[in-house]
Amino acid sequence: MTETNPDPLIAEAKFGQADFSAETTAGPAPTLSPATGALAPARAREVFVAAGARRASAFSRWRRRLSWPLGIYTTPVVILIIWEILAEAGVLGPTVAPAPTAIARTAAQLWRQGVLGPDLAISLRRAAIGLALGLSIGIVMGVIGGLLSSGEHVFNGVVQIFNTIPILAILPLFIVWFGIGELPKVLIIAFGAFVPMYLNLFAAIRGIDQRLVEMARTTGAGRWRLVTRVIFPGAMPGFLVGLRFSLAYSILGLVAAETVNANSGIGFLITNGQTYLQTTQVFVGLVIYAILGLLADQFVRLLQRVLLQWRPSYEAS
Amino acid sequence: MSTASVTPARQQAGALAEGAVRRFGDRVVLDHLDLTIAGEELVVLLGPSGCGKTTLLRLLAGLDRPDGGTVEVPARRAVVFQGDRLLPWQRALPNVTLGLHGPDAGQRARDALAAVGLAGRERAWPKELSGGEAQRVALARALVSRPELVLLDEPFAALDAITRRRMHGLVRALRRQYRAAMLLVTHDVDEAIALADRIVVMSQGRIDRSHPVTLSAADREASVSREDLRAALLADLGLANQH
Repeated sequence: MTETNPDPLIAEAKFGQADFSAETTAGPAPTLSPATGALAPARAREVFVAAGARRASAFSRWRRRLSWPLGIYTTPVVILIIWEILAEAGVLGPTVAPAPTAIARTAAQLWRQGVLGPDLAISLRRAAIGLALGLSIGIVMGVIGGLLSSGEHVFNGVVQIFNTIPILAILPLFIVWFGIGELPKVLIIAFGAFVPMYLNLFAAIRGIDQRLVEMARTTGAGRWRLVTRVIFPGAMPGFLVGLRFSLAYSILGLVAAETVNANSGIGFLITNGQTYLQTTQVFVGLVIYAILGLLADQFVRLLQRVLLQWRPSYEAS
Repeated sequence: MSTASVTPARQQAGALAEGAVRRFGDRVVLDHLDLTIAGEELVVLLGPSGCGKTTLLRLLAGLDRPDGGTVEVPARRAVVFQGDRLLPWQRALPNVTLGLHGPDAGQRARDALAAVGLAGRERAWPKELSGGEAQRVALARALVSRPELVLLDEPFAALDAITRRRMHGLVRALRRQYRAAMLLVTHDVDEAIALADRIVVMSQGRIDRSHPVTLSAADREASVSREDLRAALLADLGLANQH
């Protein structure tokens, strides 16, 4: 273990709603202090009561109603509504940004025409194969690099270099190397998934609390137990961060691969729409990409909730 | 543990350190230290912070190697650390079975948890345990493998006074049940008197003084000889006139 790279381990800040109420009251009116006989200044006091016991103010009731049913989707829904209104009012022209309802209609129409379904299936297949390839390589190399210093010396330098190369910049090279078939598309997605998985898993394994490793050694747990019961579960939070980045980058890779040199898939749908000035069709493609990204993110959040229930920060959720 | 040499054992039970030396750079923390612990003996190692108590314990635990001299300990030994060091991602029971093998591992762990008064808490997450409960799980984890030597590194230092007294009672009960040699490191003179068969005081990298404790359980609580012992220990620690 020579050096550990503090890599894009993005800590996830969770802004929980504080469920207690602090009511700062002005305290009793200025009273005469018996000791000095002088007018003592009022001291600020705080009173804490159970959440249900306090009298809900109009503001807190309004805020709770606003945040309750939609959660993090509150803002997207608000934007959609404003967008719809502006489009219907004619402020946004149909070639600039068609109304959300128009996009939904076009999507349904494309689906009925038998265009959207096969394109979506092809895109999903590319993403799945690419992801499986990239994640497998990333996990295997991350585990080897994390557990063995020789693995670190072999892999780390090259992945660090990969990390600095934008995915879009490799695409032309991949097309030169692998042609314009499915292979370069799958490989670009795999590349996007591999780099963040390796870096996060490596950092997570190296970041395990060494006191726990030491404790495990004193109990007589062998190397297998150490790896399976201390190191892997301890690296799980970092692994999930890596998974999240991998999914996001692979969708980025999917877009890049499909927009250049494709004759099928969601990206082709978008390029096609662009060529024939079908802005609505472009939007349909964008919406599908957005939904894919959202689903991927929700999937990882679900995994976190199941796999990290031991973490104190997940108690409240 | 690849560097553990196979030399003829000098002693059948307990632990032995002969001329143990440990250096960190220029600083000599253990300076030709000698210590013998008999089988089933409970030795309390007393000394001010930073005098090398934990360093000695780590040598006996096999976590570090001496820079000189020899350390001889049973292969079956366990450590209770200052913090509980429970795996936060495992419930109480798998935390206890971490180093256990065999089909009866689960039952033995359940028994060990019962012995520390935590029967029924097998499925608790570490985050759900109080400080005293977590430290008792750590104690069960150490004892479950039936070690011949248990090393305790200020195990109760972070607990409140009431919980600490309960833990002392627990340690006394567990000693009768598990019959292991124990070395307990502490800087608490009262804890030393409450538990020890023998109290050794460390200073300048060596065992300075050794006080056998033959008091009865009641005398350990309050008696003239207890106060004499306490005064002697405080004098050894250089605190004679400060209490």
